[in-house]
This record gives sequence, structure tokens and C-alpha cells, in this order.
Amino acid sequence: MKLFSIRGGVHPSSHKSLSSEQPIRAIAMPELLHVPMRQNIGAPAEPVVAEGESVLKGQLIGESAGPVSAPVHAPTSGTVTAIGDYIAPHPSGLAGLTITIAPDGREAWAELPPPLDPETATGQEIADRVREAGIVGMGGAAFPSSVKLGLGTSRQLHSLILNGAECEPYLSADDRLMRERSEGIVGGAAIMMKALGIPRAIVAIEDNKPEAIAAMRAAASGHGAIEIAAVPSRYPMGSEKQLIQVVTGVEVPAGKLPAHAGVLVHNVATAHAVHDAVRFGRPLISRVVTVSGGAMAEPGNLEVLIGTPVADMISACGGLKGTPEQLLLGGPMMGVPLHDKAAPAIKGNNGVLALSRSEVNPGAHMPCIRCADCVAACPCGLQPLEMMIRIRNEKLSEAADVGLYDCILCGACSWVCPSHIPLVQYFNYARGALRDQDIVKQHQDKLKGYTQRREERLERIARAKEEARKARKAKMAAAKAAKAKAAAEEEATDA
Amino acid sequence: MSLPTPPSAPYAHSSANVQRTMALVMLALTPSTLYGLYIYGWPAVFLFALTILSALAAEAFSLALRRKPIVMFLGDGSAALSGWLVAATLPPWAPWWVAVLGGLIAIIIGKQIFGGLGQNVFNPAMVARVMLLVSFPVELTRFVDPKPLFSQGAPDFSQSLQIVFGQIEKFDTISSASLLDQIRTVLKQGGDVPGGLAEHYQPMAMLIGDVPGSLGETSALLILLGGLFLLYKRIITWHTPAAMIASIALIAAVMNLIDPARYPGPVYHVLSGALLLGAFFIATDYVTAPVTNTGRLIFGAGAGALVYVIRTWTVFPEGVAFAVLLMNALTPVIDFYIKPRIYGRNRAGEPLPGPDDAG
Amino acid sequence: MISAFVSLAILGFLLGGGLSLAAKLLAVESNPLADELENILPGLQCGQCSFPGCRGAAEALSSGGTDITLCPPGGTALVATLAEKLQVTADFSGLEMEKPKVALIDEQACIGCTKCIQVCPTDAIIGAPKLMHTVVPDACTGCDKCGPICPAECIDMIPEAEIPVTLQSWHWPKPEPIRAAA
Repeated sequence: MKLFSIRGGVHPSSHKSLSSEQPIRAIAMPELLHVPMRQNIGAPAEPVVAEGESVLKGQLIGESAGPVSAPVHAPTSGTVTAIGDYIAPHPSGLAGLTITIAPDGREAWAELPPPLDPETATGQEIADRVREAGIVGMGGAAFPSSVKLGLGTSRQLHSLILNGAECEPYLSADDRLMRERSEGIVGGAAIMMKALGIPRAIVAIEDNKPEAIAAMRAAASGHGAIEIAAVPSRYPMGSEKQLIQVVTGVEVPAGKLPAHAGVLVHNVATAHAVHDAVRFGRPLISRVVTVSGGAMAEPGNLEVLIGTPVADMISACGGLKGTPEQLLLGGPMMGVPLHDKAAPAIKGNNGVLALSRSEVNPGAHMPCIRCADCVAACPCGLQPLEMMIRIRNEKLSEAADVGLYDCILCGACSWVCPSHIPLVQYFNYARGALRDQDIVKQHQDKLKGYTQRREERLERIARAKEEARKARKAKMAAAKAAKAKAAAEEEATDA
Repeated sequence: MSLPTPPSAPYAHSSANVQRTMALVMLALTPSTLYGLYIYGWPAVFLFALTILSALAAEAFSLALRRKPIVMFLGDGSAALSGWLVAATLPPWAPWWVAVLGGLIAIIIGKQIFGGLGQNVFNPAMVARVMLLVSFPVELTRFVDPKPLFSQGAPDFSQSLQIVFGQIEKFDTISSASLLDQIRTVLKQGGDVPGGLAEHYQPMAMLIGDVPGSLGETSALLILLGGLFLLYKRIITWHTPAAMIASIALIAAVMNLIDPARYPGPVYHVLSGALLLGAFFIATDYVTAPVTNTGRLIFGAGAGALVYVIRTWTVFPEGVAFAVLLMNALTPVIDFYIKPRIYGRNRAGEPLPGPDDAG
Repeated sequence: MISAFVSLAILGFLLGGGLSLAAKLLAVESNPLADELENILPGLQCGQCSFPGCRGAAEALSSGGTDITLCPPGGTALVATLAEKLQVTADFSGLEMEKPKVALIDEQACIGCTKCIQVCPTDAIIGAPKLMHTVVPDACTGCDKCGPICPAECIDMIPEAEIPVTLQSWHWPKPEPIRAAA
């Protein structure tokens, strides 16, 4: 099929062969599962079980709390031992509300909702099922999938794109999933196409995964409307905006969602989860995670229950080799640092990496020499150096004017920067600081409103007093006049 | 937040760093400079070493004043490269104080006053070159015929020291002029270009560099080799040098068609003076040139045109340094108007119309 | 030579004099910058900056008569906005803004005189005559107008309770500037 080109991009070494030939395997049941309530963009889920309660596999334990939220289910049967703060898989290293379950080893399933027949189910039914199953984007962003599907019901879409690009180095979880479970992915795609009336689907896979392409081609051979596209291997090909551009030639308008360009994008793992939810009623309670890196003894691809501590995944892969320079969750380009190996796996986490120093290749932070390699590398047509200079000088709103919110934070600029400037951190900082300023501004506007209300009230009271005074005066004057008049009349009659 | 936060992603990095970039540029300069050192002999070697040492000393001094990490910034190679470029544009037998002043001006006035690495508006080497040229026109235009090292008639080690340290007058028999000067003189004396060229112009010698000229500018072939190396290593893009060479060649060709007696052709202009060195090594300086490829095309074309204008109609025989400085001043303007289009927006920065908005 | 000097000097004086005259004659009476700054300031008229209301502070700022870190309720965000507006560089490294404060009424000692309720610019104190009063911290700006007026001296200014950083509110810190390596 015809492909279009994207701007910029970089070619980091892929390191995928470390794990790409390792089949997906399960690991031993951890002693405790720590299931965070915050696993998605938007509002965190709210616990609906109590400490000490027994739960069954797939039972709802956290309810979605708002329109952009996703429920959470028990990954296995056992007892809830704690509900409280536990270290979160998050760059801050802070803790978040987490339900801890001690597995009983029985793997006893809760009663699941009945399978839906994709041929007869309505779009709304499918979207509801996806929401109930707690499915979020599994490529890393963790945006609740049902919200995306819901957008599709309100407008006509022309293409469904399944994102199998997996452009991050090291990661091979999607690659293995496409090789081993291609039927489920194609099934998920067919369900979503049917539900939303989308005429065609394209599975976009970077051309460095020929086995996955072949497997997906074979699985999709029966579906005329599902095409497999081998897209060039270039980072960040798997970014939603860039993938849409390369496959359809259309750009998503700034500030809009892909649905505005008539496209729905889902990760291949998400499609597989949709398939499981619709066909078997299964909620999202496990996922495939690549455990890799030069400091990992035996890299591999693990199917882990949500809530599995990272330490268990690492030990299932033979432990660490030496002292890694950096432990992180996700891929090296956009992943987040891992503070504590006790942090658990979540739905959006596709990798656990232990990188050696030579892989991270850290360097001294030097001044910008305006080489403009970042400008050439930016897939969004931004000038990262210009944004960085403004942010460094605390001119945050100016940075927003030159594209801070058009940035996808892919890290291509930081990767290429000869001065090792942490550009992405500048951008993350600026967005957070602007958000903080916004909150302060809102609070002050509220206070300003109080002050204005008080001043108006005081003015009103003063005016009322003034009027009352005037009225009294007028009344007195009138009385006086009447008195005088009466006296005059009296005088007249007397005369 | 009690936990130390590690730097943000990415946790991978290309092999690029500032030292490597500077080192590659110096490596690319090496063949032409080595050739220059060879054909102009010991005085050129001393001059070269003095300029670089002076630039490094100026950098160390400025960094100490500004309380910046000296080792880290001296090690980045940018000061050495600036000194190297100043030396490359000097007459090879210039006196010692020209070299020392050149290094000091380039680093202190050209770079550190603006705030150091990455902050300067003008190319430091060209600032030094222009200040020296307008202050000491005699010393800066006294070229010599090539006298290769160890060849007959070349000054030996101690004679060379005398040349560099102030007694060049003893050796005045060898002073010569560059082709640009010669043609200018011919025109001034009422001759025409073809006559002058017939007498002085040896394209093959200019290609190799076996002619009077500045220390590191004469060998067109070796400079081109260095430039291609930089292109291959992706240190520079083709836009600036191509635009600069094409622009001057085009103007020269048109003018040559109009009046061949007054205006020499494109090959003469491209091979002469500092044009090639300027196109590949000076106009491509990151700090002082535009950041977009379109901007670089404009920058190069403007610089090429200015070189032609300066060489042809002003009192200076050579104009690369002036042209680059003038375009440096325009760089912020070019960068302001020439920006890449942002994804999902039109050139004016407004969001693209979606299918909802159309119709 | 001399004539060149003299003529240039005269020229310089004339042009300079003209400019200074123009600056005096054509000076704009009202201060548009002060208006803009007044809009940026919180507008609480709290007087913590020692100027009479936000207008006074805006005028002082526009004439450069005070520091941009004058406004505790505005916090560092306001400092950044002011720095941007006034084109001055805000040095945040050495900046220790006074922590925002809120009033706290010692409810045991309160005699219910309502004096503080009447002066509070944001109506942050609730209560009724002869009944004890209390402060709504969210609406209090820490202007301390109530403190001095209280006959029972039962109002204290305490540091505002710090909002804990959560997973939702956390953001990446600004990268550290280039440090001197030894």
C-alpha cells in the first residue's frame, strides 16, 4: 500500500534482538500483587472492596470515577491485605492508592459477563464492554480505550489503525504478541471495525519485524478490509500523530484528536484485550512486558498479572548483571525512571529495562551550540532549542507560543543533542509549571471575586444608607413645610 | 520531594557530543592546513601554533574571570578551532603579534564577551580576521610565494624565527600578492581581466594550492575534501556551502558574459581566496548561522553574493570575512521568518482545518 | 581635524538635547503599564506589599520603585509573569518568597465582636455578634488586616498548610544549570 513520509526522526540502535526471539512466557505467582488505582490518564479508580475481603480473579475491585477513567479488576483470586499508599510506577517515586492482594493460588475466576457476538452487538454495547473490562491504551499512554471508541460512535471514521510499530528500542512485547497471538489482534480489529462501521483497518508494523508482519498477514488473509503496512523503521514512527501521517498522509489538526482526522488508533495489545473482553468477557488483568537491557541477565517477554512487582519480573529473567546505570519502565526514549523495584506492573507498562552505562551514554550537559540537530530531528516541525531557551529563562508562556503543546515529548531532540541538554525535561517542567500557575490563577480569580462582591455589597449598603438619609431629610422638610403652611393658613384665617 | 529525581528520558543518546563535533571539524581542516604548513614552511608552523596557543590562553583567562569550569570548556575544542580558523586566514609569514592578537580578539571580543560558547552573534574567527585586516592592512596582505619545507631557498628554523618575530623586512624579496590582489592591480593600471589572468592565473596550481595566499586557504582540492568529509559525517548540511558557491558562481558567470574584460568568470571566483574555506568551514558555523535548511540556503546565497560585491566594487580585494559577518547579523532575522511548519498547523501557526470545519 | 571634532560634538549635543526635550514635552501622562500590571496582580487590595492596594503596587512596579517579589499572595507564578512583562530576569535560585500565611482565630478567646468580619477584604471570616468567629483558610489571603483590629488579640497569622505533592500534581523539576565541574 502507498505510504507517506514523516518529518525528522532519528535512528537509535534497536537492541531488539536481546529479547525478540524469546517467546512470551508466564512467571511464578508473586507473593503479593499491588494493584494501583491510578493506571490511566484521567481520574484514578475508587476501591470497592474492603481490607480482609476475599476476591475472585477478574472481580471488580476499583470502580471508574468519571468519564475519563477505567475500572480495575483483581488479577487473581485471594485476599485483600491492604488498601493504602504504595510506591507507584511513576517518575516521582511517590506512592499512590493501591490495593494489595495476597493470591490464594486457586486462580478461581469470578463470574464473567457473557460473551458478546460482534456480529449483532451494537457499537454502544462494545464500547460499554471495553469500559467495563478496564481497557486502556497499552502502548504506554494508558488513555481509556472506551473513550476513544465513544468518540468513534459520534462521528464517521474512515480508518482504524492498529499500532504495531513498536519504535522504542529494546521493546519486543508487541512484536511477540503479533507473532504468537495474531488471530486475537485481527479479531479485536474486526470487532472495532464492525462496532463503529469503519470500512478499513491498517496494521502498521515497522519493517524491522518481518516475522510479525508475516504472522499478521497470514492472520488477516481472510479479512479483505484489514491490511498490513510495513512502515519504515524510524523513531518515533509509533507516535499516534506520526503513524496517522505515514499511513494516511493526513495530519491531525493541532489541539484535536485523531477522530477529527477520521482515524481511530489503537495499540495491537489493546486490540487483543478488546478481543478478549468481547469474545470471552475477560477484563484486562495481565499484559506482556519486555524485560531487557544490557544489565539484564536473561532478557525475555513475560506475561505478567497487573500488580506484579518489578523485582519479581527481574528475578524471573535471571536477575541483574552488575550495576545498571538506569532502571526504567517503558522504552529508553520515553520511559520513566524506576525508583524502587517494589513498584508494580500496570496496564500501560510495556517494558522493564536495566541499561548499562554504555547504553545510556550519559554526557556532560554543555551549552547549546545551535547546531540545530534537534530542529532536524523533530517530527513535529518544532525548534526545540528555541523552546528550551525560553523555558530556561522562565518565559513559559512564550514557550507555549512557539509550540510547547504541539510537542509529543518523543525525546528525539534530546537523543541527538551533542550538548546533552535534557530538552524533554525542560518541556515536562514547563508544562507542569504552567499547570501550577493556572491553578494559582484560578484560586486568585476566585478571591478577586470575593473582594469585588464585598466592595459591591459595601457600596450597596452605603447607597442604601444615603438614600434612607435623603428620604428622612425630605420627609422632615415636607413635614416642616406642611407645618409652616398650616401656620400660615391659620394666620390667614386669624387675620 | 525527598527523592532525588534522575534526569528525564531519553535514557539513550546518539554518539554526538560537542568535543567530537569540534574534533571532526579540525580533522577535516587538517589536510589543507598541513599542506599550507608544508608549502609555506617553518614561519607558517610557528604562526599556526602561536594563534592556537593565544586562543586557548584567552579562553582559559576568560573562563577563569567568569568562574566557569576551565577544563571542561577548554576540552570542548571550540577555542582551539576558532584559533585554527584565524590562523588559516592569516598570511603565512605574518609577524608573531598578528597571531597573538588574532587569537585574543577571536576569543575575547568574538566569543566570551557575548557569554561564551553558543552565545556569540558573530563568527569569532571572522571578527578577528576583519579587525586585523582593517587595523593592519599591510601585514594582512603580505603574501609569499610557496617555499616548501626543506626545499631550496626555504627559510630554516632560525631564519623562520626571525621572520615571525619581527624581522620580515630582511626577507622582503620574497613577498608576493594573491591572485585577487594581482587582478585588482591589473585592472587599476588600466589592463583587462583576460590579460591579467593570462599572466597570473593558474587554475591547476590553485586547485592544488601551490600559489601565494593565506595559510590554510589555498588548496581548493584539500578544502573540498575536508568539506565532503564533514558532509559525509553529517556535521554540516549541504545547503550553506552549495548556496554560497552557486550564488557567487552564478553572479560571476552573468557578469562575465556581460563584460569579460572587467569581470572574471565563476571558476576564478570560486577557487580564489577564502571562498571555499568560508563556504565549508566558516559559513557553516553552527552558532552564528540559521537553524533551518531553508534559512541556510538564504544565508549561503547572501554570503556568496556579498563576497562578489565586495571583491568587485569595494576597496577590499577579498570579502569572505565581511560577507559572513554581515550575514551573521542577519541570522536572527532569517531565523525569525524561516521556521519549519509545525505538525497539524499551517505556515502561519494556525491549526489545520479538520474535516469538521470543511463544508 | 579640529573642525570635525567640533562639528560632531555640536551635533551630538543638539540631538541629545532634542531627545531629552522630547522626552519631557511628549511624556504620556497616565501610565498604561501600570494598568496592565494592575490586571496581573491578584487584586486583593491586601496591602501586604506595603503599597496602598494593588494599584499602588502596580504603579510602583511600573516605575521600577520596588522589587517584583513584593506580592506574597501571588507567589512565584506571579514573579515569573511580572518578570516576563517587565523584561527583567527573575533569579529564582536565591529567591525565598515569604511563605503564604493565613489567619487563625483562637476560638476560646474570641469575644464575638465582629470587627474582623467587617475589615476582611475577601469575606473569609464567618460568625455573628456574640458568637465566636472562624476563618475559611481557602478564602483567606493572609493580609493581616484582622490581626491588629482584634480587641481580644486572638488572631494569629500561621503559615498556610502546604498542599502535599501527589501523583497528579507532581511534575518534573527544572533541569539544573550547567555546574562547575570541580
